[in-house]
Amino acid sequence: MRKLNLAVNTMALGTMAFLYLPLIAVAFFSVNNTKYGLAWKGFTLNWYLQLFQNEVILQAAWNTLILAVVSTSISTVLGTALAIGMDRFPWPKKMNTVFDLVLHLPVIIPDIILAAALVVAFGFLRGISSFFEPGLFSMIVGHITFQVAFVALVVRSRLVSIGKDVEEAARDLYATTPYLLWNVTLPLLMPGIVAGAMLAFTLSLDDFVISFFTAGPDSVTLPLYIFAAVRRVVTPQIHALSTLVLLATILLVGVMERFTRKKNTP
Amino acid sequence: MTMISKGLFLQGITKAYDGVEAVKNISLEIKSGEFFTLLGPSGCGKTTLLRMIAGLELQDSGTILLEDQDITRLPAIKRQINTVFQNYALFPHLSIFENIAFGLRARKIAEQEIHARVQNALDMLELGEMPKRYPHQLSGGQKQRVALARALVNEPKVLLLDEPMSALDAKLRAQVQVELRRLQKKLGQTFILVTHDQDEALVVSDRIAVMKDGQIVQFGTPEAVYDFPKNKFVAQFLGAANLLSGRFHDGIFHTDIGALELKTLPSWEQGTIAIRPEWIKISDTKPEKNGIRAKVNEIIYRGTNLDLGVEPGGIRVRSNTYKRFNIGDEVWLDLAPEDLVVLNE
Repeated sequence: MRKLNLAVNTMALGTMAFLYLPLIAVAFFSVNNTKYGLAWKGFTLNWYLQLFQNEVILQAAWNTLILAVVSTSISTVLGTALAIGMDRFPWPKKMNTVFDLVLHLPVIIPDIILAAALVVAFGFLRGISSFFEPGLFSMIVGHITFQVAFVALVVRSRLVSIGKDVEEAARDLYATTPYLLWNVTLPLLMPGIVAGAMLAFTLSLDDFVISFFTAGPDSVTLPLYIFAAVRRVVTPQIHALSTLVLLATILLVGVMERFTRKKNTP
Repeated sequence: MTMISKGLFLQGITKAYDGVEAVKNISLEIKSGEFFTLLGPSGCGKTTLLRMIAGLELQDSGTILLEDQDITRLPAIKRQINTVFQNYALFPHLSIFENIAFGLRARKIAEQEIHARVQNALDMLELGEMPKRYPHQLSGGQKQRVALARALVNEPKVLLLDEPMSALDAKLRAQVQVELRRLQKKLGQTFILVTHDQDEALVVSDRIAVMKDGQIVQFGTPEAVYDFPKNKFVAQFLGAANLLSGRFHDGIFHTDIGALELKTLPSWEQGTIAIRPEWIKISDTKPEKNGIRAKVNEIIYRGTNLDLGVEPGGIRVRSNTYKRFNIGDEVWLDLAPEDLVVLNE
């Protein structure tokens, strides 16, 4: 028994190491005072300083942020509306299966397929409007297409867990539909909406494939920049940038964790 | 049809789910100010009927009149009817005060009046120290009182209660039943209760409708329904009953355990009669009429009384505890003719 425990624990630790060692290595090299090689040459924040003086990187960071904020805001509203519409409208029973499929498909489908489909769709839409030229607008639309499904899934599971009793009670107590939505459904859904938005935000932040297929020359995001830079040479600046993105993600996950835990008990 | 009624009037209410009729052509008149109970086993359609009265469910056909006003097609928010839900369905994100104030706020009633009315409701249900707490901080009994206050604060013409005591433990339930009845009498409001608990129905109700398979089987005061059950289902669902079947001819009812004289004569030749365990008297000497010689083969001590099982016929008898019995004792059972209820169906 004890031997088995030891084996399981070792395996767990091994897996953790496998997951986190590369990340720790990146952080390590981002403060290592040398441009090449693996040896420790002393602590420095130089790479970070250079990073903040690099116009191209700052522009890419700005693009990434704009893209993530705008696409997340829109997809959160759309995804929440979609989830409420799917779950609360008295659809016939078999529609549920259809909805499940429709929601899960964009999640399961390989990004590359979705990206290729977007290229085709935008190509078609360009015939109608120049809005759909490769660039930030197209990227936002592209990101929204996959984010909506994630938001709707998270919000829908929250809707199911709240149940319909409370909403019925509100109707019984003279609440009109807007009053009900604003004062009962949305406040109770909030943890789900925030969790969905955080998920959508992180997905947008580190998306490469969709962005790669829809970006224009002026809308390079951090993942695209890193990809292009790494193809030439991995500089410590890239390590510094990656470390910052990693920290931002950890922070987001932490906030989300706290928020959902605190208000999750109805 | 001309009908002057201050109460609630249901006519020909029918509702089916996926082709299965949950409520079948029910017509009922519930008087203003009475405590009315829909009693039946789960799945008998009682909750569906209640939900249609609340306006949360739309009937397939039929008419609902409230104080002579046709409310058949009105949605829940336009009906002056409020509900206490089975699991209370309190708003978890609102304080007790805001929970109770919800219906008033939704109707944009002035802030001052809201405060006065909520305070009044809090006092009435002894929730004085609760207004700032949240539902998850309350006990089951307190939640139930908040649910009551939240509905009553709106001064509904009819208050609906959907199994409001099913989540309480037995002792608290007995206490709450009495309190609920007192409250209803004090307010003089119409209460309609849905329950599967026959004790609860007997304790609180002015009138009871016993339901089965989407229909009302029997309807009347608790005493009438208990003392004169119409058929086997009512006899056994409401309290305990010994059922004796046999043939009726020449003015005598012939059963396996003997010939019995009846006070009410049945319209059938072959059928069933019922007698409640506590109506059967036990004596040492042969009774004048309807005496059955029996042997005690089971004794269950219940504190307030004894439950005896006797042969022949597997009859249950309820006895007080003054007299002691032993298994195998031979006794006379006195099945008085006026206590034998002739069942139809």
